[in-house]
Amino acid sequence: MNYFLTPEQELIQQIARRFARERVAPASAALDEKSEFPRQLLGVLAKTDLCGVYIPEEYGGLGGGMFAFCLVVEEISRVDSGVAICFAGTGLGTIPILLFGTEEQKSKYLPGVAAGKTIGAFALTEANAGSDSFAQETTAEKDGDYYVLNGTKQWITNGGEADVYTVIAVTNRAKGARGVSALIVEKGTPGFSFGKKENKMGIRSSSTVGLVFNNCRVPKENLLAREGMGLIVVGRTLDQSRPGVGAQAVGIAQGALDQAVKFARHRVQFRQPIIQFQAIQHILADMATQTEAARALVYSVARAIDSGAKGVSKAAAMAKVFASDVAMKVTTDAVQVMGGAGYMKDYPVERMMRDAKITQIYEGTNQIQRNIIAAELIKERDEW
Amino acid sequence: MNIVTCIKQVPDTSEVKIDRETNTLIREGVPSIINPFDLNAIEEGLLLRERFGGSVTVISMGPPQVETALREALSLGVDRAVLLCDRAFAGSDTLATSYTLAVGIKKIDFDLILCGKQAIDGDTAQVGPEIAEWLDIPHLTYVSHLNEVSPAAITVSRLLEGGYEQASASLPALLTVVKELNEPRLPSYRASLRAKIQPVTVWGAADLDLDAGRIGIQGSPTKVTRSFVPELERQGQFLAGSPEEQAKALIAALQSARIIHGCS
Repeated sequence: MNYFLTPEQELIQQIARRFARERVAPASAALDEKSEFPRQLLGVLAKTDLCGVYIPEEYGGLGGGMFAFCLVVEEISRVDSGVAICFAGTGLGTIPILLFGTEEQKSKYLPGVAAGKTIGAFALTEANAGSDSFAQETTAEKDGDYYVLNGTKQWITNGGEADVYTVIAVTNRAKGARGVSALIVEKGTPGFSFGKKENKMGIRSSSTVGLVFNNCRVPKENLLAREGMGLIVVGRTLDQSRPGVGAQAVGIAQGALDQAVKFARHRVQFRQPIIQFQAIQHILADMATQTEAARALVYSVARAIDSGAKGVSKAAAMAKVFASDVAMKVTTDAVQVMGGAGYMKDYPVERMMRDAKITQIYEGTNQIQRNIIAAELIKERDEW
Repeated sequence: MNIVTCIKQVPDTSEVKIDRETNTLIREGVPSIINPFDLNAIEEGLLLRERFGGSVTVISMGPPQVETALREALSLGVDRAVLLCDRAFAGSDTLATSYTLAVGIKKIDFDLILCGKQAIDGDTAQVGPEIAEWLDIPHLTYVSHLNEVSPAAITVSRLLEGGYEQASASLPALLTVVKELNEPRLPSYRASLRAKIQPVTVWGAADLDLDAGRIGIQGSPTKVTRSFVPELERQGQFLAGSPEEQAKALIAALQSARIIHGCS
C-alpha cells in the first residue's frame, strides 16, 4: 500500500532496506546462534547517516522524527529484529534527552548518537519493578554536587554495550511516585558495573544485561528535567517509543510473510505449488491483511507524534499492542505454512517467531497496554 | 591526499545470458552496475580521505548513461565526478580507453589513482596498468592491503596466486585493488541527496588534449574477430576398488595433475 512517503522518507527507507538485505541478512543466522552483539554492522549503519534519523538537524541528525525512526526499524526488522533493536534501544535511551534535556545535555549527547558513535539504553526495569514500574528500588541520594546511585536494573536492552544510560531511580522515597527521577549515567562511571548477559529466546543479537550501581556518583548536571519528574519522563518517553516497537513488529511480520509466500510458490505437493490451495491462500491473505493494518496504525501514530499531537498515549498503546499481537500470529502462521521446513533453523521463520514474542512483552506488556487504552476510554468525555 | 578513482559501468553479469547466435552478451534489460572491484577502489579512496583529508574524484569513460554510475559513486560520498563522453571514443579497446582516461586524469590534481583489478565484462585487467604507463607513474596491482601510506610513498600487500607480496612505490602512483582490500560502504543519506543535484563534469574530445589517432576505433589495435562459448568435453574416469584403493588412486591422479602437492 502507498503511504505517500516524501522523497526523503523513501530514500531513508531504501538505504535501510539495502543495509538490511545486503549487510545484515548474511550475518543474521550466526548472530542469533552465538548471541553476538552486531557492533560491526552498527558501524556500517552509522556511515549511512541513518543512526540520526530521529535526531534534530541542529544536533547532527536528519530531523526525520519518529516516522523516519519507524521506517528504519521496520526495514531492518524485516530481516533481523535483533539487530533492529540495537538501533531502536538507543532511540529509547535517547528520547528522554530529546524530550527533557537541557541545551547542555542535548549538545553533549545527541551528536554522538546521531553519528552512530554513541549507543544508548533506557534503564527502568528492576527485579521487583516490571509492569509495576512505580515500585522502584534503585536510589539516587543527593550528596553535594552529585547523586549517589545504589541498586540494580534488570534486563536492560543494549546493557553493557551502551555508552549512555537513562536511569530511573528514587530521589525521595517519602514522596512516592513523585519522588522518582531520571538521570543520565555514562558507562565507565566508578560504581557502575554490569550483571551477566541474558540467554534469550529471541532477539539474541541484542545485548540484555543487568546494571549494578554501587555508590555510583553521578554529577547533578545529569539529572533530566527536575527531581520527582521521573515517571513523567518514563510515560512521555514510552508514548513516543511504542510506535517503534510497533514498527519492529510490523517488520517481523512482513519478513515472515515474505518468506512464507516465497516458499509456498515453490513447494510442490499433490503436483502443484501449495500456494494454489485455498487453505494456504486464506492463511496468507489474513497474514497480509493483518500486517498492513498494523503498518497503517503504526504509521498514523508516528505521524501524529511528529505533528505535535497531544495525548497520544492511547494511540501509541494501540499501535504497540496490535502490531505485536499481529507479529506473533503472522510468524506462527508462517512457520505453519512452511511446515517442517519452517521448523528448521535452515529457514529464518523460526527465528522470526522467537523474535516476535518479546514485542508482546517489553516496553509495557500487552496487558499493560490494554490497561492504558481502557483508562483513556474511561477518562474520555461522552461526546454523544 | 587527492585521489582519483577510475570506474566502469558494466552489465550485472550474474544476471546475464549469452545470445547463442552471435555468442555475445545479451545486454538489453540487464541492470547496469558499477564494476564490483571499482567499489573497493572507491571505498579505499574514501578511507584515505578520512585519514588524510583531501578529495576523491571519480572518473569514467563511456556513453551518457554512465552518468548513473557516477551519481551512484557520488552517493557513496566522493567529492567530484567526471565523465569522458564523446562519439569519437566509441569502439575503444583497452589501449584507447586507457589513453583517453590518462589524458582526462592529467587535468585533475592527484597523488594516487585507484582502479579495480579488472572489469567483470572484459576481464582483461589491462586498463589500470596502461593508464599508469601513459602517465609515466609506477603502478602496483592486486593490492589487498595498504601497509604504510605517507605523502611520498606507499607500501602494499599484493594478493598473488601463491601468496602475498610486499611492494612499495613512490607517489604519485596507481593501484589496482582486489575485493579483500575492504568492505565497500552503502550510500549515505546526505551524500545521496547531494548526488541528485550535484553536476557531473562532462569532457568531450574537444575539452581534452587528445591525439585523434589514439582514440576510439582508430586508436584500438585490438580487433575482436570472434567470440564463442568454448565446447567443454567432459572426461570422466571411473575409479574402481575398495574406498581405500580409490582414495589412493585419486590422490595419485591429483598429484600428477599438480592439483595437490604431495607426500604419498
